[in-house]
Amino acid sequence: MAIDRSTIESVAHLARLSISEDEVRQTTDKITAIMGLIDEMQAVNTDGVEPLAHPLDATQRLRVDEVTEPNQREQLQAGAPATEDGLFLVPRVIE
Amino acid sequence: MEWEAVIGLEVHVQLATKTKIFSGASTAFGAEPNTQACAIDLGLPGTLPVVNEEAINMAIKFGLGVNAEINKVNVFERKNYFYPDLPKGYQTTQLDKPIVGAGTVDIALEDGSVHTVRIHHAHLEEDAGKSLHEDFAGMSGIDLNRAGTPLIEVVTEPDMRNAKQAVAFARKLHSIVTTLGICDGDMSQGSMRFDVNVSVRPKGQEKLGTRTETKNLNSFRFMEAAINKEIQRQIEAIEDGFEIIQETRLYNGDTGEARSMRSKEEANDYRYFPCPDLLPVVIDDSRLDKLRAEMPEMPEVRKARFIEELGLSNYDAEILSGEKATADYFEAAAKTSGDAKLAANWVLGELAKTLNQNDTEIKDSPVSAEMLGGLIARIKDNTISGKIAKQVFDALWKGEGSTADEVIEKKGLKQVTDTGAIEAIVDEVLAANQAQVEQYQAAEEAKRGKMIGFFVGQIMKASKGKANPGMVNQLLKKKLG
Repeated sequence: MAIDRSTIESVAHLARLSISEDEVRQTTDKITAIMGLIDEMQAVNTDGVEPLAHPLDATQRLRVDEVTEPNQREQLQAGAPATEDGLFLVPRVIE
Repeated sequence: MEWEAVIGLEVHVQLATKTKIFSGASTAFGAEPNTQACAIDLGLPGTLPVVNEEAINMAIKFGLGVNAEINKVNVFERKNYFYPDLPKGYQTTQLDKPIVGAGTVDIALEDGSVHTVRIHHAHLEEDAGKSLHEDFAGMSGIDLNRAGTPLIEVVTEPDMRNAKQAVAFARKLHSIVTTLGICDGDMSQGSMRFDVNVSVRPKGQEKLGTRTETKNLNSFRFMEAAINKEIQRQIEAIEDGFEIIQETRLYNGDTGEARSMRSKEEANDYRYFPCPDLLPVVIDDSRLDKLRAEMPEMPEVRKARFIEELGLSNYDAEILSGEKATADYFEAAAKTSGDAKLAANWVLGELAKTLNQNDTEIKDSPVSAEMLGGLIARIKDNTISGKIAKQVFDALWKGEGSTADEVIEKKGLKQVTDTGAIEAIVDEVLAANQAQVEQYQAAEEAKRGKMIGFFVGQIMKASKGKANPGMVNQLLKKKLG
């Protein structure tokens, strides 16, 4: 399956990545090559094989519902570029 | 042309756990910004989520409460999108293997029938933080206290046909989650948020029209208004020759206005994949058995009990059991009054009417269940008539007394059952209306029944409604001959 440049541009946009014209071309070729690999895998007969959600053959451990994390706002905001009144500040988001 | 609306709901229910779904930070409402957001909730590198057992238990209880199948193996996935109140860059949610499978919820319709709404599935996921857009020059403020709060998202089939049905379903769902104790049900704090999918089609057509989604409605009233407005908008658009675009819309409850937020084609490519940080959750039979044993009396069971033990009609029982707050209120009033049917009439009649007029929820009613029960007991033992009872109810509502007895005493509303006192009033009225007395006595038997009503009316007026109507009738018949 070939990947066209509009798919690459759209995925880059969704991932908030800025890529140059050269990179679009390179990435399109690279991902098309990877898709070839996936096509090969798709050809394998997987009838009766359960989809794998996780490579480990283990199940999720559960945690008791008790508060273990105290307020650490000061430390956690120490590395933030901008804060005010306890809020993290980010470039304005408008819907 | 006659149109039919088709409505489906997606409901976000905040689970009443003490901590987040993947971290040990508190979920208490109203804390200072970011004081309940730990490194995991902030999505800092190197952190790993651990699933809260109670969130799993609550989701299972919900499934049991809506007659759904529980998926014993369920999987968390990453839903990728960028927004500052989602610092990880993805929401951890479930897609192909949600914890709760298909189920059903029954609702009462206005015509007295019962309608089943199918639940498509319900899945576990985490809530996002909050963005504040005011007060910061050119910036938005982010509070991540809510980030990671456990939610179940309940998705229905498109089984509702008008706003009233959708609201009836929403209220029933509210009742189920509060009865189960898995959600505090406080809609003003966002504990339950409704997204409504609405489309319209010509009546009789099988194929569904294009739908829109109106997001984040947090009151039953807004929900009803938003749905009605959207149905109207779509019908008018189609009749004017436009096509409905699949889009997300926002409804402003304060202004009653709705607008388009984003159209679906450009927005949603969430690139879901199984979350590598979380293993599949496996639910064993011993957990299911334990939770089954802990299940409280559900609205359906309560309804059956109201019919069998208290003798209510199917419809009255459905409405009274539909919401936990209403059911609790009714049962308490029925118990205090000793007359379940009369209590049902009052809760569905005078109380419902007054709550509605004052836009008040039953849990905030100034007339408590015990007060109403006490009032009904006085009707039952003939201390007051039903008519006077309404006066007493109004006085209780306005806070003019804390019990019916107090109001009756203070206002002197006690029904007069003293034969002598009533007789005196009867004589007075008859003497003042000699002409009518003569007419009555000259009239044929068949016409007298109607004519006697005139005297009863005059006597009740003279006694300010306090004379016992049965005794008045008896005395009148005797005196008029």
